[in-house]
Amino acid sequence: MAQATAHHGEHEPTTTGLNHRKMLMWAFLGSDCMFFGTLIATYLVYKNRSITGPLPEDVFSIPVTTVSTFVLLMSSMSMVLAYAALTRNSMKTFRIWLASTCILGATFVGFQVYEFTTFANYEHKVYCADVGVKELTPLKQQLAEKCGTEDEHNGVVEEVVGLTPRTNLFGSTFYTLTGFHGAHVTLGIVWLLSLFFLSFKKGMVTPEKNLDLDLAPLYWHFVDIVWIVIFTVVYLFGVFPGF
Amino acid sequence: MTTMAFPIPRPTHPTGIWNWITTIDHKKIGVLYGVTAFILFLTGGIEALLMRIQLAGPNQDIVSAEIFNQLFTMHGTTMIFLAIMPLSAAFFNFVIPLQIGARDVAFPRLNAFSYWTFLAGAIILKISWFTGGATNAGWFGYAPLTSVQQNPGTGIDYWIVSLQVLGIASLAASFNFLVTIINMRAPGMSFMRLPLFTWMTFITNILIVLAFPVITVALIELYFDRSFGMNFFNVARGGDPVLWQHLFWVFGHPEVYILILPAMGIVSEILPTFSKKPLFGYPAIVLAGAIIAFMGWMVWSHHMFTVGLGPIPVTVFTITTMAIAVPTGIKVFNWMGTMWGGSMDFKTPMLYAIGFVAMFTIGGISGVMHSMASSDAQQQDTYFIVAHIHYVLFGGAIFAIFAGIYYWFPKITGRMYSETLGKINFWITMVGFNLAFFPQHFLGLDGMPRRIYTYDASMGWNLWNGVSTAGVIILAIGILIFMHNIVKSWRKGELAGGDPWDGRTLEWSIPSPPPEYNFAEIPTVYDRDDWWARKRREVRRGVPVAGGSGEDEHHDIHLPQPSYWPLVVAIGLFIGGIGLVYPVGMYAISMVGVFIGTVAVYAWSFEPVNDPEEGEQAAH
Amino acid sequence: MLKSAVILNKLAGVVLLGILTALLTGCTTIINPQNPQSTFDTLGPVAENQLFIFWVIFFAGLVVFIFVEAALLYMVFKFKRREGDGDPAQTHGNTRLEIAWTIAPVIVLVVAAVPTVQGIFYADAGRYISANYQAAADEGRFLEVDVIGHQWWFEFRYPHPTNAGEQIAVANEMYVPVGEPVVFLLDSVDVIHSFWVPKLAGKVDMIPNNDNMMWFEAYVPGEYFGQCAEFCGVSHANMRFKVVAVARDEFDRWLLHQANPAAEPSDPLAAQGKKLFRDAGCSGCHADSNSVIKLRDDGSRIPGRTGPILNHVATRLNHLGMFRNSDVDFEDASGRRLYINSQGMPADVTTGRSFINESMLQANLKEWITDPESLKPGNLMARDGEPYIDPANELTEVEIDALVAYLMTLK
Repeated sequence: MAQATAHHGEHEPTTTGLNHRKMLMWAFLGSDCMFFGTLIATYLVYKNRSITGPLPEDVFSIPVTTVSTFVLLMSSMSMVLAYAALTRNSMKTFRIWLASTCILGATFVGFQVYEFTTFANYEHKVYCADVGVKELTPLKQQLAEKCGTEDEHNGVVEEVVGLTPRTNLFGSTFYTLTGFHGAHVTLGIVWLLSLFFLSFKKGMVTPEKNLDLDLAPLYWHFVDIVWIVIFTVVYLFGVFPGF
Repeated sequence: MTTMAFPIPRPTHPTGIWNWITTIDHKKIGVLYGVTAFILFLTGGIEALLMRIQLAGPNQDIVSAEIFNQLFTMHGTTMIFLAIMPLSAAFFNFVIPLQIGARDVAFPRLNAFSYWTFLAGAIILKISWFTGGATNAGWFGYAPLTSVQQNPGTGIDYWIVSLQVLGIASLAASFNFLVTIINMRAPGMSFMRLPLFTWMTFITNILIVLAFPVITVALIELYFDRSFGMNFFNVARGGDPVLWQHLFWVFGHPEVYILILPAMGIVSEILPTFSKKPLFGYPAIVLAGAIIAFMGWMVWSHHMFTVGLGPIPVTVFTITTMAIAVPTGIKVFNWMGTMWGGSMDFKTPMLYAIGFVAMFTIGGISGVMHSMASSDAQQQDTYFIVAHIHYVLFGGAIFAIFAGIYYWFPKITGRMYSETLGKINFWITMVGFNLAFFPQHFLGLDGMPRRIYTYDASMGWNLWNGVSTAGVIILAIGILIFMHNIVKSWRKGELAGGDPWDGRTLEWSIPSPPPEYNFAEIPTVYDRDDWWARKRREVRRGVPVAGGSGEDEHHDIHLPQPSYWPLVVAIGLFIGGIGLVYPVGMYAISMVGVFIGTVAVYAWSFEPVNDPEEGEQAAH
Repeated sequence: MLKSAVILNKLAGVVLLGILTALLTGCTTIINPQNPQSTFDTLGPVAENQLFIFWVIFFAGLVVFIFVEAALLYMVFKFKRREGDGDPAQTHGNTRLEIAWTIAPVIVLVVAAVPTVQGIFYADAGRYISANYQAAADEGRFLEVDVIGHQWWFEFRYPHPTNAGEQIAVANEMYVPVGEPVVFLLDSVDVIHSFWVPKLAGKVDMIPNNDNMMWFEAYVPGEYFGQCAEFCGVSHANMRFKVVAVARDEFDRWLLHQANPAAEPSDPLAAQGKKLFRDAGCSGCHADSNSVIKLRDDGSRIPGRTGPILNHVATRLNHLGMFRNSDVDFEDASGRRLYINSQGMPADVTTGRSFINESMLQANLKEWITDPESLKPGNLMARDGEPYIDPANELTEVEIDALVAYLMTLK
């Protein structure tokens, strides 16, 4: 919902001097905070209450998610650069950075898709030599019982125990939370792409008329920040003991 | 600026049905909200009447157990989401821009979208009566009674989808009104000069913005459980039914204030007007409203005192809940301070406003009674609570809404209602209401649980149930008189003039009904109750005060033009929502809804700019 | 203003005032404590404490109520606008007054909060879960009963008096010893229910996956009404039960009796009924001869059968916890003559006559087996029971009589 109201808003004098749409965006983000807050709260309430595995420590791969987190953070940076380019009125640079923001965002979503499919088909491995030496998760403990039987190959027991939204409480809460975050990112990409294509039409995106370039980054950075919270609370606290 | 992706001109229907469908005028949308919500209020009333007839005597068999359960669930959901909230929204729409001296809300099309989406949500809920049974798990929908194992029918799904759609409508409206109130006040209208109704609307909308996402998430989780076999509330997989209760009441308690704060705002307008005195302790009332809203977030577990939270949480929530009585008391006392020493004119709005104070006090006191967990252990889930909620929401919210309807009726229609009928309506409603609900206190203390479709003759509940049903019938007669009065007066009431009540706030400074642009010239505000002060200043100076300014010569006022797209987006939401009710094989329908919605959102975005000249260009 | 409206206004005011006064003054007599679920007839310490707290806040509230409503009435008459009145004095507020009416409620509430918080902790069963809890329970210093909610009936499990690791199950009617605290462990197998015996204690919910507790004590022997207080589905209104309080030795007799299987039926019709009980599928959900259920090795409970246990169903004073099997009224406080005789049956303390009226019991059982759906709409038996869903297996009149005859031997 872009140009008409934007135009309208820019001309209308307001009590506070702030633009209507910008204020609406802030109100929306406040509301969205409660939305994610509730999802995260649900996740935390059900942490460690799953009856069956897999659990976070079984499936999470912190290095992979760190990379995807880094990608998303970089997208925020390129968003800033795009905005800066627009204010300098260099449309070409602006388009490059805007497109790279979209690509980085899409990469993050791609990571998420990869992660979801991996989790759903996760192959659990237990090295029988570790049994009794290392601390094992309950699921691995269960697998370890097969050590010494004919299921064991070269000292390793393997089994696919996928994590789906139906598997356990962890699955339900994890996929719902991160899925909605992914949906937010996807929506942001659609918005940014719309702006990207609009910028080719004369006069649609200009330094003077850049309100959407005020709002879209606001949204984009917000979604980024939410991810940092999710990464910390879900991934890091999920894997490192003591949380 | 002339490149349009969707070069459909804006509609220009000055009158007729298309005018109502495409309107983005906040006053018309307010009327649409009001009329729709009142019709829905009547449906909720009929549901209540059926229940009361079933309970009029012991062991009756007028409706079946299953139907009874659907009736009380639908009654609760209807009255809260389809009656009181949208009736309040009707006043937000009509009154707020007038009170702050604005020509419209900040986002007129978003406002139309809120209305149509609300209507879509209402239809989704109400059609569930005809699609194999309405929801039957209570308006609170406690897990695991809402699970697919317990409740395989589509009633619960209709309920979930309807509440989600209504949530979108409420959130959109709230963003809109927050921005409007912050950003569109007339020059000089500082926050501490805002009319009290605007203040309470502001606070209410903050609550909506923060509370609705919580129920949205809870409903999403429930929907995922039901449709995709997830485990959020699945006991067999370790899910905890109490989590639903927490999520529901974290939303549900602020929701209570969402229902009552606008009513308090309306009363705070009427009492000063008809007492000819300014509101007593304006800052205290504003602050009390804010404190209520803030503390409303810290008391949700008082709905769960019997859930077994343990004595320490129960103690904490007992104390916070008792504490919330203090700001509520401040409001009541300040209203009385407003009337004290006044020159009280008992027009119908004033009667309803005083009735509100009298009845809300009873509801408030019974509220304190079950804020104390120990005595609540006996009252929770009994008719005592039913009595309490109706004293707060009928004697409170609905009385205030009736007061508001009578108060602003001349402003909305330009005509005066019949005062005699209004008084008859008030007294019949008052008597019927007290007969219907006061005895329910006795029933509750006598151990009658709520939500039971039958009871045995030996329980000693026969008399008061009979009285209660008789009261509801009297109440219904009162409502009929009200409708008669409104319909008749709307068509041929006396002309009211711009300022029939010697009003205090800006809406009375313009003609009735207000012209499309509201204010010929945006007023500059120098005082709280500015219009009253302006009139008195001019009287002192010996200048006669006209009953409103606003000559019809300002034809060049810039007003946004009507639009089709808000309605189309709402239709998309409606179709998409219906699709979600039937997950198997119906996603195709959802996709149709999503497609319509997406196209409409883009069309909305690229709709021709509403400069008058440009609008003409587009029309060529 | 129109003349008629003025008169109407006054008339209505008087009527309303009259109604309100009548309701208020009547308050004490209107609510009859003799009503079976009245919260004003407190016969145990928990209910007593809760009623005390109710009175505290009731009278505080009454003062506020009278103050507010009287002030309103006074103002309505005193400050009525009269012909030719000008603007009244424009007072905007009074800080001192406003502080006063902020502080005053705070004081009232603080005072009221003290007994409330005490009451919350008093009613909490957690005080029985102290360090020496297990020791006390083992010594039998207080009785501990598991209460399990089902749609729509209550199951009660008692610890076996002699055999550790075993429980005795009964349905819809429970006995407790008088004058002793009884601790209840509350659970549910399906949805949320709530355990409530108004004359003995306020309710506590029974929630699956949550271990809730409560306790109460009955001061006097007698029969107490209980009802599920949390909406739990179609027949929520019919989910009722009874608590029967008897002296300790009578309670022990009753419990021991429940633990034993009922005598074999000698009557041929009843014997036919016993066979039918198996053939028609009743025994798929109901246990008819054994009330004893073993605990798991870790002390956790084993779920019983789907339906209410029917062993000793003919000793119950009420059918389904709802309909009386007895025509003796032991409701009034002085006439609580109920006792448990040496056969473990509820009987009259003076005459020794059984409290169970056989013909009432028979009629109740027959009505239920013939058409369970009309008594408890939506119940599992009517919904899934073979004889009720398959016309080919429908019970004949004779078969129903046989089943009733058999059930009546389960004493």
